[in-house]
Amino acid sequence: MTISNSNSPIARREALQDRLEQLTRMVEIRAVEERIQKLFAEGHVRGSTHLANGQEAVSVGIARSIDPDDIVTCTYRGHGHALALGVTPAAVLGEICGRVIGCAGGLGGSMHLVEPSVGLLPTAAIIGAGLPIACGAAMAARARGNDRIAVSIFGDGSANIGAFHESLNFAAIRKLPVVFVCENNLYGEYTRIQLSTPVEDIAVRAGSYNMPSDIVDGQDSDKVAEAMAKAVARARRGEGPTLVEMKTYRYSGHSRSDPATYRPAGELDAWLKRDPIDILANRLVGENVLAEGGLDKLKADVRDAVEAATAEVLESPGPALDEIMSHVGAYSAGGDQRWNFWSK
Amino acid sequence: MAKIWIRQAVLRALDDAMKDDPTVIMMGEDIAAAGGPFKVTEGLLAAHGPDRVIDTPISEMAFMGAAVGAAVCGMKPVVEMMFIEFIGVALDQLTTQAATMRYLSRGQLTAPLVVRASAGAGQGFGCQHSQMLDHWFRGTPGLKVAVTSNARTTYGLLRSAIEDPDPVVILEPRILYAEREEYEFDSSYRIPLGKAEIVRAGTDATIVTCGSMVRVALAAAESSKANIEVIDLLTLWPWDRKTVAESVGRTGRLVTLEEAPAGSGWGGDVVSHIAVEKFGSLKAPPHRITLPDAPVPYNGTLEARFLPSPAYVAEQVEALVSTNKSPAPWWRTAA
Repeated sequence: MTISNSNSPIARREALQDRLEQLTRMVEIRAVEERIQKLFAEGHVRGSTHLANGQEAVSVGIARSIDPDDIVTCTYRGHGHALALGVTPAAVLGEICGRVIGCAGGLGGSMHLVEPSVGLLPTAAIIGAGLPIACGAAMAARARGNDRIAVSIFGDGSANIGAFHESLNFAAIRKLPVVFVCENNLYGEYTRIQLSTPVEDIAVRAGSYNMPSDIVDGQDSDKVAEAMAKAVARARRGEGPTLVEMKTYRYSGHSRSDPATYRPAGELDAWLKRDPIDILANRLVGENVLAEGGLDKLKADVRDAVEAATAEVLESPGPALDEIMSHVGAYSAGGDQRWNFWSK
Repeated sequence: MAKIWIRQAVLRALDDAMKDDPTVIMMGEDIAAAGGPFKVTEGLLAAHGPDRVIDTPISEMAFMGAAVGAAVCGMKPVVEMMFIEFIGVALDQLTTQAATMRYLSRGQLTAPLVVRASAGAGQGFGCQHSQMLDHWFRGTPGLKVAVTSNARTTYGLLRSAIEDPDPVVILEPRILYAEREEYEFDSSYRIPLGKAEIVRAGTDATIVTCGSMVRVALAAAESSKANIEVIDLLTLWPWDRKTVAESVGRTGRLVTLEEAPAGSGWGGDVVSHIAVEKFGSLKAPPHRITLPDAPVPYNGTLEARFLPSPAYVAEQVEALVSTNKSPAPWWRTAA
């Protein structure tokens, strides 16, 4: 039995050093995303959600390569990253359903997942918003004299917004300990990358900022982890930022209202043949970590766990009405429970 | 008592804050090596070093956002926007990211940063370098906004802003930087955010104002036949409803004097609140003196007309007091 069911985000994070847990977490991300779709259909989810099924290897590959007190900023396509970093399925599903059990108490929603204990700042609903914030977190780490780093995760759509260019330039000039991770899933919202971006590889843009870059098979979590380890080590050594491009694919449309009819026929099927879960599962069979045919059992177990988390979420109440006025400013109800990064 | 330039009050507040708190850092364009285009950061680089006084590229989104990240992770960043308009390209980081950090993390993460900027008209900088733009921030839950009006309020507000647990915008009327004033620094002096000051007592009408318009209101009051009370609002969000309501309760007349277009000026909120709160004690309709809904003109004669002068303010208030009717503004209003 793995410790996926632990309620401690840090314990879940640390468990990722275990090979089988890496696979289990990817399966969990897939199962949670699929459950969210169902919860939507069942009327438990408001607004919109942005699924990342197909991109699980990126999430787990990043999370296993950094420490819980490294800082992570991320976009609204962040369910998988939150789970990989250690946020529990109940906290993710609870937030998406607007319940007190959610990681933002049901006040944030699908686009705003947060867990300071594993370094996750609130995921942002604005494209590019996380890159400058990661630069600032990295500045703070340096100013406070530690070797912590910041990782900013964003999509190929973010590569055309000013914040991307300003942040890469700013981080390079100041040699900040940041790893910029671009998840290139070929689509910025509903638009194919060729229609928005004149280069095929986002990574080439690092050259303009005199910054090293890497292009990685984002469907292979070991390759993701390998590239991350290199960039993270460089950042910790004080040598500055790296841009790492993960080539990946989202199986769903941009958001729940998007059937993704703009994708060329056969494209999805081609990517499904290189499913990140299958790639790692096959490797683990070779490593004798997973029994032949063990993936099906693992999937069933994880689905049961996610179902249990869902039941817990649906029993959780929504936030009380007076939460509306809480935590607006220091003067508001709710009090100050400030998380002190790196205080130990 | 020493005579100082008002810009020296900015410098002194920043310097003292950096001495008192090692987590205070400064970021902005040309603030370090060059000492700032308005000389409000002169000497800070030498005193506190390049890790704390940081020249940035001309990338407002990057350094505004970096301030958010650094604040969340335990620093106290003070960001300079050379002209407040420059924050237009970085607004997301302040009004959307910093302002919601506390809310979205249920009090676990906060962004205690300060944005300070030169603002306002009167010096021929043209329409893209002469606005106050407080309405871009005012009323954004999670942000505070204050406006300085002299050396004392500059020092007191800036020190409070830097010590505040939430993000604060400090607008510094640029036209005041090169004014000289008698002021003795006291490093323990603070002006609490959210608190207004009655700067002149009067009985016939209350002028509520802020920034460089405070001295216009005071000059108008001095020359006027009417006995005018003047309130320096100081903090525009959240503003001091109590002090204003009590004053209007005494004088029976409310005038807002705003360096803001009529359509977006802060006086709209003040008037609506006071009209409700003090309905029974009003002798005249609340009256707003604002800029017209037009860009700030470059030409000197036009800009002087554009901004309320002491004579114009006195004339407006006297008309209000003598007729108990709201006088029309000098510009033609759209029908």
